[in-house]
Amino acid sequence: MLDKFERNVIITALTVSALFIFSIFYALGAKRQDVSECLPYNKTYETARVEQIDAKTYQIYYVARMWNFEPAISYIPVGSEVDLFVTSLDVVHGFNVFDKNVNLMAVPGGVAKTTVKFTEPGVYKIVCHEFCGTGHQNMEAEIIVNYPRK
Amino acid sequence: MQVSRPIRNILLIELFVPILLLTLGIYHGLMQVIYRSGVIQRTSVAGLDYYQGLTLHGVINAIVLTTFFAVAFGHATMIFYTKREPNKTATLVSMLLMVIGTGLAAAAILAGKASVLYTFYPPLKAHPAFYIGTAMLIVGSWIPYFDWVRMYLSWKREHPQESTPVAVIGTLVNFTIWFVCTLAVAYEVLVMLVPWSLGWTQEINIMLARTLFWFFGHALVYFWLLPSYIMFYTMLPKLAGGKLYSGNAGRIAFFIFLILSIPIGVHHQFGDPSIGRGVKLTQSILTFGVAIPSFITAFTIAASLEYAARKRGATGLWSWIWKLPFFRKDVYLFGYLINGLILFIFGGLTGLVNASYSLNNVVHNTSFIPGHFHLTVGGPVFLAILGMSIYMLSQLTGKRIYAPVLNTIVPYLWTVGVLIFSAGLMYGGLIGEPRRTNMGLTYLNPSSEQFNPYWVVSSMLGLAGGGIMFTAGLLYFISFFGTCFRRRSAEPVIDLPVSETLHEERRVPLLDSFKPWLAIMGLIIFLTYAPAISDAINNTNRKAPPYKPTDPVPVVRQ
Repeated sequence: MLDKFERNVIITALTVSALFIFSIFYALGAKRQDVSECLPYNKTYETARVEQIDAKTYQIYYVARMWNFEPAISYIPVGSEVDLFVTSLDVVHGFNVFDKNVNLMAVPGGVAKTTVKFTEPGVYKIVCHEFCGTGHQNMEAEIIVNYPRK
Repeated sequence: MQVSRPIRNILLIELFVPILLLTLGIYHGLMQVIYRSGVIQRTSVAGLDYYQGLTLHGVINAIVLTTFFAVAFGHATMIFYTKREPNKTATLVSMLLMVIGTGLAAAAILAGKASVLYTFYPPLKAHPAFYIGTAMLIVGSWIPYFDWVRMYLSWKREHPQESTPVAVIGTLVNFTIWFVCTLAVAYEVLVMLVPWSLGWTQEINIMLARTLFWFFGHALVYFWLLPSYIMFYTMLPKLAGGKLYSGNAGRIAFFIFLILSIPIGVHHQFGDPSIGRGVKLTQSILTFGVAIPSFITAFTIAASLEYAARKRGATGLWSWIWKLPFFRKDVYLFGYLINGLILFIFGGLTGLVNASYSLNNVVHNTSFIPGHFHLTVGGPVFLAILGMSIYMLSQLTGKRIYAPVLNTIVPYLWTVGVLIFSAGLMYGGLIGEPRRTNMGLTYLNPSSEQFNPYWVVSSMLGLAGGGIMFTAGLLYFISFFGTCFRRRSAEPVIDLPVSETLHEERRVPLLDSFKPWLAIMGLIIFLTYAPAISDAINNTNRKAPPYKPTDPVPVVRQ
């Protein structure tokens, strides 16, 4: 049915794809790379706040609305592990933390969650990357990582 | 072969209307790179707002042009290979629905009432005419599908022992994917969005709307791509002067597309809440599966081209490449297709990045994404559409091509532009440059508090590449519209290049029957999308009222 070369081509294609799929599982296990979690929603996510759980663990609850994020500025000590929760009160917004591989969607009625560790001091800008109306290009926030200064 | 006059005229309208609108789409493409690079620091130019232009650019280039072309090209392949004509009334009704629908949607966008971008994510609300127009365009494109199935079945009855031509399989596979995936968006538009935008219903579930949109939204890219694949398999080897290495490889590729094009849309929603990680992982893996037909195509077409070059006397491991007819005016279609293939190598690889379960976090919604899809939609899809449109125009009117030299260099100039443009955008995306943002107002405006110097170089590359792409577009328009106004010099016909296969191929029943593949398709879609839709419905707590893009207060019913 297929000649030798055709068969080799199909086997090569399958092998390359298998390699990619293996890489996903490798990243999931060894590198702890995961996507947004699926959490049950409740009203408490609609209150913007920064909470300290212990010396090195923080939780930031972001609330997006046209055209700002709250909290606009959060202070986090160097070396903290931070849970980010993001929701929206009006339309769909995007949430991208510069340099941190955090990339979430803020959707009304849903809460996106991820965990990120800040090991370097600096100002981490957050921009909205989903079109959310005429003020979209103004929508940003900051996480300032240097507090308390070491 | 000859085509009757009414069908010929309908096909010409289906080629002319989208190319005419494309002038608007390409103008807004240029405007965007200018806005984004900070050369213009305003919200609008000549009465057209940035986001309005972005909507026009997306809707015209990615939905109107591609749908019209797929229908016109589908008609041409079905007529040519089955030696039958489509039903005249059905074809006319389909064309009218598509033209009127496009007119409605375009009017709503131009009036500034539908700046919701081409993904029309609720709860941003557009004028109902935008949704209704889009629905008419889609429904209009369904009608020929049923007509072609009739033509195929009648051909099959007369040729029970013959293998179905690869082009016919490709066209039917493509429109089956299109019909199934648009059912979801038709539901979203007709049942959810239209009543909501007219004020009859108060609120809608945003996650459900997004999930239904992406059920259609990813399969849509294969709907654009498959006409190019049909050309790669059935025409490119012939144009190069050789034969198709394997027809069965083509059939396998199309059937893998049939079963895997739809159940992978959730990979656009990795950052979304409400959908479980298991669903996301499953669909990510299936997305790698749909790369397989592209690998097979790459190998098969490369083998066919090498065969063609060696037949022309080429030797050496790599030097055979230069024996291909790159700059010949008489086979200009080769230039369009080969450039598309070259761009698609990069387009496919960057697509695998987007689809990768966790790697996607780096690039999601950054300018990496438009960088990627200009290598796919703006590469093989767009170039095949341009090349085949002018080819069919020339044949159906019996007119010779105006300025053939321009027509021959367009794909090369375009490719240079796209490579610079996409490299800039993808580099920008890796350093966080957002997509769909008028960066000239804020991030690239030195007098703004939000000025961000990181993105200067990347958006300047985008500007340079975009300018070259715009120039290539202009040259094409000169050639296309020039051809329209020439004098007829030959009989109007449809005559497509036909590649023979290199080996004598026996008919393989499994690769010549749709039924088993359709059953697998239905099963996989159900297994992957039932949990995704159930998650979207059950894990989303509050629904949303409509909002206008200009106003943070919801639109309430008067």
